[in-house]
Amino acid sequence: MSEAVTALNGAASDGYVRVEDAGLCGMISLRGDLSDAKVKKACKDVSGQGMPAVRGIAGGLDGGIGWMSPDEALILLPYAEAPAATARMEIALKTVHALVVEVSDARAVFTLRGEAVREVLAKVTPADIATLPVGELRRTRVAQVAGAVWLSDETTAHLICFRSVADYMFELLSRSAMPGSEVR
Amino acid sequence: MLTLNCPYCGIAADETELSPGGQAHLKRFGPGSSEDEFEGYLFMRENPRGVHFERWRHSNGCGKWFHAARCTSTLEVFGTYSAQTVEPPAELRKTISEKRPGWSWGEFS
Repeated sequence: MSEAVTALNGAASDGYVRVEDAGLCGMISLRGDLSDAKVKKACKDVSGQGMPAVRGIAGGLDGGIGWMSPDEALILLPYAEAPAATARMEIALKTVHALVVEVSDARAVFTLRGEAVREVLAKVTPADIATLPVGELRRTRVAQVAGAVWLSDETTAHLICFRSVADYMFELLSRSAMPGSEVR
Repeated sequence: MLTLNCPYCGIAADETELSPGGQAHLKRFGPGSSEDEFEGYLFMRENPRGVHFERWRHSNGCGKWFHAARCTSTLEVFGTYSAQTVEPPAELRKTISEKRPGWSWGEFS
């Protein structure tokens, strides 16, 4: 099989917040009734996490579940495990009205590190990032494209967007984090 | 700037995070209906100064369609509610009646 690479192939930019390509991440999109016991169990089996509450995210990039909408969850897991995990979930959810799709190669993931991550994100989205609690997955608009953002701690943010706009997102975040453009 | 609370994910969504979906509570007239009914369904819309009901989609968020009631002259938002309904909830209609006594919109008042 060909060697998988991310859209940005490991690009990173050092501004007053460091913006980096988070590398290959396994992602599975699940649609179905998130309160269904079988759905919950299938998600836990592949991610090791319980189903999060509304807008929550449980775990992180190497094993996690993000609440995307009332009937959609995004499962995060190591890239290499995604195809087998998708197959396992499909079997587990055979009798349930649910849809499982591997979307690892359809997305790009960024990690932002620095004291001012909230500020750098707040510049480019209408979401109230200043009050965004750690562990809440906020789907929003990031300048001209859709993105999902969460903070794993006060100085680390993660962002998922479509792969087709990865380059735009990288330029945008790097520019937002450009030294000299600090708001405070 | 219009800010609507998405009833599905609970986010106070900025207008730029939403897509407008036009007038709410349209009744479809398809095959078998009269020409006048079909024309009305396709082209005739409320254009009120005051209370208005609209459809919106949280397109840059959870992706769900929902309904919103707002005032077109003051931009006051009376409330938002689920898309799985054919009429505004009674509670919301009561709220609107308190703020805009005597309002009417289409078949609702």
